[in-house]
Amino acid sequence: MKNLLSINDLSKADALEILDTAVELSRLSENTVRKFPTLRGRTVVNLFFEDSTRTRISFEAAAKRLSADVINFSAKGSSLSKGESLKDTALTLQAMGADAVIIRHSASGAAHQLARQEWMKGSVINAGDGTHEHPTQALLDAFTIRRRLRADSGDLTGLSVGIVGDVLHSRVARSNVLLLQKLGAEVILVAPPTLLPVGVDSWGAQVRYSLDDVLPLVDAVMMLRVQRERMEDLFFPTEREYSRNFGLNLERMNRLKNTAIVMHPGPMNRGLEISADSADSHQSVIVEQVANGVSVRMSVLYLLLGGATARDLNLSSAGGM
Amino acid sequence: MNLHVANAKNVKGLATELWIESGKIVSQPTNGVVYEDIDANGLTLVPGLVDLHTHLREPGREDAETVLSGSQAAVAGGYTAISAMPNTFPVADTAGVVEQVFRLGEHHNLCDVFPIGAVTVGQDGKHLAELAAMYQSEAKVRIFSDDGHCVADPLVMRRALEYVKTFDGIIAQHAQDPRLTESAQMNEGVISAKLGLKGWPAVAEEAIIARDVLLAEHVDSRLHICHLTTAGGVEIVRNAKKRGIKVTAEVTPHHLLLTDDVVESYDPVYKVNPPLRTLKDVHALREGLADGTIDIIATDHAPHPQEAKDCEWNAAAFGMLGLETAFSIGYLTMVKSGLISLETLIERMSTKPAEIAQYLYHGKIAVGTKANFALIDLKAEWKVDRVRLHSKSRNTPFHEMVLPGMVMKTFHNGALVFDRKAKL
Amino acid sequence: MSVILNAGEISRALRRISHEILEKNHGSSEVLLLGIPTRGALLSQRIKVLIEEIEKSPVLAGTLDITMYRDDLRMRPPRTLMPTEIPGGGIDEKHVVLVDDVFYSGRTIRAALDAINEVGRPRSVQLAVLIDRGHRELPIRADFVGKNIPTAKDESVRVHLTEIDGVDEVLIEGRTSS
Repeated sequence: MKNLLSINDLSKADALEILDTAVELSRLSENTVRKFPTLRGRTVVNLFFEDSTRTRISFEAAAKRLSADVINFSAKGSSLSKGESLKDTALTLQAMGADAVIIRHSASGAAHQLARQEWMKGSVINAGDGTHEHPTQALLDAFTIRRRLRADSGDLTGLSVGIVGDVLHSRVARSNVLLLQKLGAEVILVAPPTLLPVGVDSWGAQVRYSLDDVLPLVDAVMMLRVQRERMEDLFFPTEREYSRNFGLNLERMNRLKNTAIVMHPGPMNRGLEISADSADSHQSVIVEQVANGVSVRMSVLYLLLGGATARDLNLSSAGGM
Repeated sequence: MNLHVANAKNVKGLATELWIESGKIVSQPTNGVVYEDIDANGLTLVPGLVDLHTHLREPGREDAETVLSGSQAAVAGGYTAISAMPNTFPVADTAGVVEQVFRLGEHHNLCDVFPIGAVTVGQDGKHLAELAAMYQSEAKVRIFSDDGHCVADPLVMRRALEYVKTFDGIIAQHAQDPRLTESAQMNEGVISAKLGLKGWPAVAEEAIIARDVLLAEHVDSRLHICHLTTAGGVEIVRNAKKRGIKVTAEVTPHHLLLTDDVVESYDPVYKVNPPLRTLKDVHALREGLADGTIDIIATDHAPHPQEAKDCEWNAAAFGMLGLETAFSIGYLTMVKSGLISLETLIERMSTKPAEIAQYLYHGKIAVGTKANFALIDLKAEWKVDRVRLHSKSRNTPFHEMVLPGMVMKTFHNGALVFDRKAKL
Repeated sequence: MSVILNAGEISRALRRISHEILEKNHGSSEVLLLGIPTRGALLSQRIKVLIEEIEKSPVLAGTLDITMYRDDLRMRPPRTLMPTEIPGGGIDEKHVVLVDDVFYSGRTIRAALDAINEVGRPRSVQLAVLIDRGHRELPIRADFVGKNIPTAKDESVRVHLTEIDGVDEVLIEGRTSS
């Protein structure tokens, strides 16, 4: 595997390997060893065109625990920054010898663009491209569900996961729908019709408009962040109406199974899509998701860069190493 | 120029020859005149193709294309007349700018360049431009369009349709409801949902077409629909024609072949406005072109410099090249597929466009008319190499495709303006 | 392919190694067995059982996966990680006995020493192997050896254990019988 641009790049076996490796790494980190020499000499670049301290730090921690050299490149251009910026940046990183570039960008498809052969010889990891995908988020979400509900092993067959909120604009939702189904879980999407994409029927997930009806059915409920700006574009009339119908609060929590878990990719709009007490309840795994993120990202970095890479093979055939 | 073109086939496949004197077609040779012999070697002789939708970018964006390079691309594609869309810098909304473009075309003398004038000043959609002045200029503009933008205000569209009746003009609409397509990137559907790109729904095109055919009926004017792309749109035009409404429509070569699933690569070479649609739409467009609901093929040739396409999708410009590949794509999708004959294809690409726009010396091979024609090798195949196209720009979606039908020679007013062999 | 150790011989070798470990470390109270997966871990389990039979008291045992510390990682696609389980009290001040099936270049043990270094500071590190086939590339030696088998570099030694291979045996491949 050279790049991780989309969950579609992974077979079910690949995904399970990432999760199993992450399990081992997280156990080691908890008890025994926090740092491994495995990626010593590898250069990993965090190329963040969009602000995201949380994800960037997670990747940075993961890379450093594997002894890789980390370079942070914060290129906050406007979303309409044109032409040379992405291409020139890629060529510069290439010249600097980056073994992997972790990219977050506001344009869907930016990771695919970056991974074009002519630009990058190293691996490209998509850390979120526009409203398209966020594969490592889905992987850490699946890891969290599997840890809490399947004792860290096997797949997610028999589980039902609800994804609630702005599905239309959510890269987290897209990656999760793909991965959860790949691992055998059933997915139920809950949103007002304005926040569901035309074509969602082809996703294989159930689509419902009533959160109350769905909550008793699921083993995990994933609340998506809703941007307040969506109100300007008439996706819903007021925050109050959105929250009343699609927000998770203590009263709704009572409809959940006792064993069900509450998830959120962060950052949360406390009071809009999720109430403070729901976020802090004992069924919430939101904080664990963050911790699991590092292990999962270590796993991805190990599997992409730990063995022989295309660059290694190119370099060795060119005579050097 | 005096020529004798021998050994050619006509569009029906029958042997034919041409006598040309001083750039015009004559019925037989005149005694005493020396004619240059052109042996067509069995090639097919067609009237020069006529494009009613070309972006030449000059004035203002000469880095992408000029009237000269655009004309060179045109004649390499077998075109002897092209129509320059007005979304230049400055916009062609005055007699001055349209005359400038017209004269540049005359000066280069490769093909006829007929400017299309803007409907509104600066294409702002609010104030009518001096349409009569543009008609009365040397450029004799009859077709007006705000292409690139929709004339969205129904009152403005009504007035424009009424106004051009004075000189039998046409308003050519770029049908795109702006409110339904803000920041839209590609066709709205299964693919856009998967790729996370903002959708451009078919209804945004169809709603405007429906409104405009009714307006055209009400004020009894000539309406032309640019780049039709949806099955629903074809239906509306078909019904409008049945009612006797004076509407004509065009389809681009790329919309006859490509569907929105090519966007999965996120390669901005496929980014175009209106966007690539679904297979169902492609089939409806082909059938519409076959039965005449869609009157013509028009290229919407839209050159862009490299940096406008070598970037993330959202930041990329909309548009594809079209002049040099148009005949081959038309031939592939419509004739080789068995939908229409070559004769009908030439009707759609030469005769009918000339008729709609009233370009007198194009669209037919007939005695008395200027000799505007091309010789095409129908049996040849060629591989599209974006670097070797004549346009200044490279944004063709057909790069590396092998296409049937190669234009070998193009003649304008009897003069040889393109010779495939001369390139080598 | 020829069998150089059968089930009985393996069993006797392990029994002797168990006694030697106890002798060198004056009992089992400070000993911590660490098997290197996959087969080293299985052998370590067997040694644990044997020691507990002899001493009639429990002995600490765990596994140590050394994949992340290998020096040849970049030569082929990434390898799957095996489980590492260190007993609760850690390895500090213990006599850690690494257990592996075949001792060859010594690189695996070098990696294990690096891993151990990250985990803690044992009182000593000792090495028990079922087969020593020679051809060391690093200055590392074993404390407890089941059997010394001189081999040629182009031969390969295979250890099969009932738990995963269905039978207990040690084979040599590539040797023309003599």
